[in-house]
Amino acid sequence: MSAALETTGLCKNFGALAVASAIDFRLERGARHALIGPNGAGKTTFINLVTGALRPSAGRILLDGGDVTALPQAQRVKRGLARTFQINTLFRGLSVLENVCMAISERLGVAGDIHRPAGSRREVIDQAYAALERLGIADDAPRLVRELPYGRQRLVELAVALGLEPKVLLLDEPAAGVPSTESGIIVEVIESLPQDIALLIIEHDMDLVFRLARRITVLVQGAILVEGTPQEIAADPRVREVYLGEHVSP
Amino acid sequence: MTSETAAPLAVEALVRGHRLRLVEIAPWLIGGLAYFLFPDYLALGAQILIGIIFSLSLDLILGYAGIVTLGQAAFFGAGAYTAGLLAAHGWGEPLSALVAAGAVAAILGLISGAIILRTRGLTLLMLTLMISFMLQEAANKAGSITGGADGLQGMAVWPVLGVFHFDLYGRTAYLYCLAVLFLAWLAARRIVHSPFGRSLTGIRENEARMHAIGSPVFGRRLVIYTIAAAFAGVAGALLAQTTQFVALEVLSFERSGAGLIMLIIGGVGRLYGPFIGVPLYMIAQDRFAQADPVYWDFWIGLLLILVVVFARGGVLGLADQLRRRLRRTR
Repeated sequence: MSAALETTGLCKNFGALAVASAIDFRLERGARHALIGPNGAGKTTFINLVTGALRPSAGRILLDGGDVTALPQAQRVKRGLARTFQINTLFRGLSVLENVCMAISERLGVAGDIHRPAGSRREVIDQAYAALERLGIADDAPRLVRELPYGRQRLVELAVALGLEPKVLLLDEPAAGVPSTESGIIVEVIESLPQDIALLIIEHDMDLVFRLARRITVLVQGAILVEGTPQEIAADPRVREVYLGEHVSP
Repeated sequence: MTSETAAPLAVEALVRGHRLRLVEIAPWLIGGLAYFLFPDYLALGAQILIGIIFSLSLDLILGYAGIVTLGQAAFFGAGAYTAGLLAAHGWGEPLSALVAAGAVAAILGLISGAIILRTRGLTLLMLTLMISFMLQEAANKAGSITGGADGLQGMAVWPVLGVFHFDLYGRTAYLYCLAVLFLAWLAARRIVHSPFGRSLTGIRENEARMHAIGSPVFGRRLVIYTIAAAFAGVAGALLAQTTQFVALEVLSFERSGAGLIMLIIGGVGRLYGPFIGVPLYMIAQDRFAQADPVYWDFWIGLLLILVVVFARGGVLGLADQLRRRLRRTR
């Protein structure tokens, strides 16, 4: 069976700098997979290549077995790929409810409609509201995003992505910028996501990684260093070297 | 716990967003009353109505979609010359010429937009400016067709609907412009309340997120750029038909800039920004020019500085602030 997401020989060069070199990666259906690595390892570049925000220099990207390497971002989203951002990337001047409505209108294919008023699309609004209820932030529905505390905005990030009903969800540091006292809510929400969504989580916080992931890939200097179960990764001396800063070139 | 009140509140706000509010009748009452109250100022009135349509076209792209432009006069001028040339060469029927002007401007918007909308920010600003400069220079060089710096003369515009002659007092001109503005308003209102219009707001608020939720951002920007060009073209055609003359000024940077200033004074990104900003600016200009014929520009400048410093969001933004403060003190 084909993987939910697969990359083969994925490369990205900025001039002479290789930020992704020959990445062969598989994300199984329903996976809980973490991508970790030190700062500058190329984790966000990898996400941007997969979503189509960046064009790869070489290699292929497959979604559900289909080649999407040449497709623009919007087409990949239509095929079930969604992402959240490391730094909140929301419609700050709009209400929480309308933020989610945007995603749902696009998924239902009504967002380009110029004739009917948006308010007459009851199905869009109801689905958006239901999505907020599932994440426990329905109370914030009428508030403007910019009026919410940062941690709550992180949940809206998730709600917008979930509004797309993705098959593959890329979470770029979902708890970044949230005080540790509040990150628990975010972890709970991620844990409660439907099992058929394949999750790829980029994270710095190792507690969070070991709690959420059943499989971990370690990226160093744009290349995969090692992949394995959390136990294998925790015991791997090369990973310890990278993370404890003991790495010395021979 | 999900509260029982927050839910309907948020949902209702979206469901009711497009319903007509009573206050939205005000512009048409005022527009109609002005016809009877100020019979000597109908020429200025028609200019104001045309200015509102032009400013509305800017509001659609700048206010809603966040596309910055300094060259909207390109489309205004294209519409004006289309209507002007038709009337000067034997086709003076005003309504069909209006449609033709809108179409020519829209095609120009589609072609230029397909090229320049791939850029953003300052680059885009410069490109819009350059396109209007190029058109103005082309109109200047093609003097045998456009009349060049002397302007296009010899227009003969037929009566509207074959009945209403354009008269010396500007009565027909005023009502004609008012009717066209009403149609433009209906169209603009429908656009901004549609899912398409909301997605434009999304693009303005956060383009990266729009890409991430699968929105064809380039296509949406191009569609609204084309529609706004048509609006500007219709406004230009109205000016040509009601004044029976087209000057190179219709393509000028000053016209693009003034449209922008009027929109900022009224309130950017709001349907009624142009309805407030344009009359305010043009009536102030008319008064200042009479009181101080040499330095009236100074007073307009002062007005703009006051708005930008003390009323961000324009007059309508200021009104919102006042309303919120009143509600809090109650």
